[in-house]
Amino acid sequence: MFADFLQFLISGITVGAIYGLVGLGFSVIYNASNVINFAQGEFVMIGGMASVSFLSMGIPMPLAIVLAVVVTTFVGFALEIFAIEPARHNSVVSLIIITIGASIFLRGLAQIIWDRNYHNLPAFSGDDPIKLWGAALQPQSLWVMGGAGIIVLLLWLFFNHSILGKAILATSFNPLAAELVGIDTRRILQISFALSAALGAIAGILVAPIALTYTNVGVMLGLKGFCAAIVGGLGNPMGAIAGGLAVGIAEAFTAGYISSAYKDAVAFVIIILVLLFLPSGLFGRKEIDKV
Amino acid sequence: MMPLLKPRTGGLLSLMVILVVLPLFFRNAYHYDVAIQSGLNAIVCVGLNLLIGYTGQISLGHAGFFALGAYASAVLTDRYEFAAVGAMIIGAVAVGCLSYLIARPILKLKGHYLAMATLGLGIIISIILNQEEELTGGPDGMPVSSFSFFGWDISGNLTWYGIVALVLLFTVWLALNLVDSPVGRALRAVHGSELAASTMGVDTQRYKVLIFVFSAVLASIAGSIFAHYSGFVSPAEGEFFRSIEFVTMVVLGGMASIFGAVVGAAILTILPQLLASFHDYEMMVHGAVLMGVMIFMRRGLVPTLVHFIRGLRK
Repeated sequence: MFADFLQFLISGITVGAIYGLVGLGFSVIYNASNVINFAQGEFVMIGGMASVSFLSMGIPMPLAIVLAVVVTTFVGFALEIFAIEPARHNSVVSLIIITIGASIFLRGLAQIIWDRNYHNLPAFSGDDPIKLWGAALQPQSLWVMGGAGIIVLLLWLFFNHSILGKAILATSFNPLAAELVGIDTRRILQISFALSAALGAIAGILVAPIALTYTNVGVMLGLKGFCAAIVGGLGNPMGAIAGGLAVGIAEAFTAGYISSAYKDAVAFVIIILVLLFLPSGLFGRKEIDKV
Repeated sequence: MMPLLKPRTGGLLSLMVILVVLPLFFRNAYHYDVAIQSGLNAIVCVGLNLLIGYTGQISLGHAGFFALGAYASAVLTDRYEFAAVGAMIIGAVAVGCLSYLIARPILKLKGHYLAMATLGLGIIISIILNQEEELTGGPDGMPVSSFSFFGWDISGNLTWYGIVALVLLFTVWLALNLVDSPVGRALRAVHGSELAASTMGVDTQRYKVLIFVFSAVLASIAGSIFAHYSGFVSPAEGEFFRSIEFVTMVVLGGMASIFGAVVGAAILTILPQLLASFHDYEMMVHGAVLMGVMIFMRRGLVPTLVHFIRGLRK
């Protein structure tokens, strides 16, 4: 009884941490540019697929992972320069459409570069589960939780104690004022996309040994990460992590106690309920229309 | 301007002529099939374009409404022996109510929130269609009986083509009139600046909800017709990617252009058929079209062409 509960909680926290990382990527870009990047899930996919493919070339695992993150970061950078930058002053709807186009384009490209098969990335430190009051904890789950924790800490340090981080925050609060004090806001935007791509790639690599990786893996992960960002309040990085954990745990308990068939629907039911009753999310700031 | 040059008269007339002349060029059943699919997509896109182009809102879940209409027709006629027309109307009314319930609270919010809510709704619909196997046949789909109308079984390519063409014409006529009515002017005001519009006394909320419900009902009706025409429905009709396809058609054809929606739907229905041998590249092309049009031809194909031709005349 308790063992079941603990097992569901563990798997919920594990996927929740992944959703949170993906949601974090949404928040970073949204803060810097008010763009919802629908290609966020593709960063996750590229991270996983690239590390599998580097690994198969005989490159040792740690290096393969670093390379995969670097590749994804470049994709994020390129996305900003070639697709977002030329359309900076378009409407919200048209920017949404551009990022949707980018996501389909990247998915199509991935299917050509790699294939449509499922791939397995070996777990970082073996597959022997750790017994915990009757529940089994996969070592990879610890990697996911630990990885998410470290990244949150690093991001917090970055945003609060580095000039670049502070510049990004300044741009998100008021782009015009940021420019006046000498911040190159275009550069900030590029950095935000690169940073967000790196976050997505790390999430994709951490989760790949648990859930297989394939070219469509980013669709659901991206959308659920997006739910996490909304539940936590769009634009609030810590909120995204909290939202991710909430979505992940709700999903795991639904799968365990109610019906595994509707597991994937949970995140979207939550998103609609949040939009109906709590439009700025759990920790978001209220949007005010300025004239 | 001469009345013939106005979209409401001349445009509609040209569309009518094209739709009548087109079958003369059809050589086989396959041509009819592509034309009918284009027509059905166009019906959805005309509605969706009112929403995207005229109110500046976006829906990423219209395939869900299309699928709901299709399944309402399939399930009600097959499992509960409803008349086809009755099933279609019940489907449309149900989708209308559902979209109203969702839209009323959410359209109060800004920009991308409707996108998220419709996205969620579309995915939930598609999951339900996949899971409720006893009712919907699950991922394998289910067969649909032919459309009988007071004892007359609709069959034959030309008949189906005629029906789809008529519904499309009616939809375009309705949309053109809507755009030229006070509602249309209010919508354009909403698109320009919602705050300014509401300050001027436009009930922005009501109009947005109205258009959203109208476009959802159109999608549902198109779905019902599709179900009877193809004789088979599967959850693939409601997939997220289908919703994106509808949006792509609208964007390519031209936002805020009714005929643009028709052109966009036709192009993106025919293009994959031509590119069938390049099937692997279909997704990339799709994505590139979306990005390219939005970046380089922001207003879409038809408005850009119209602008170009007007420029030449001067």
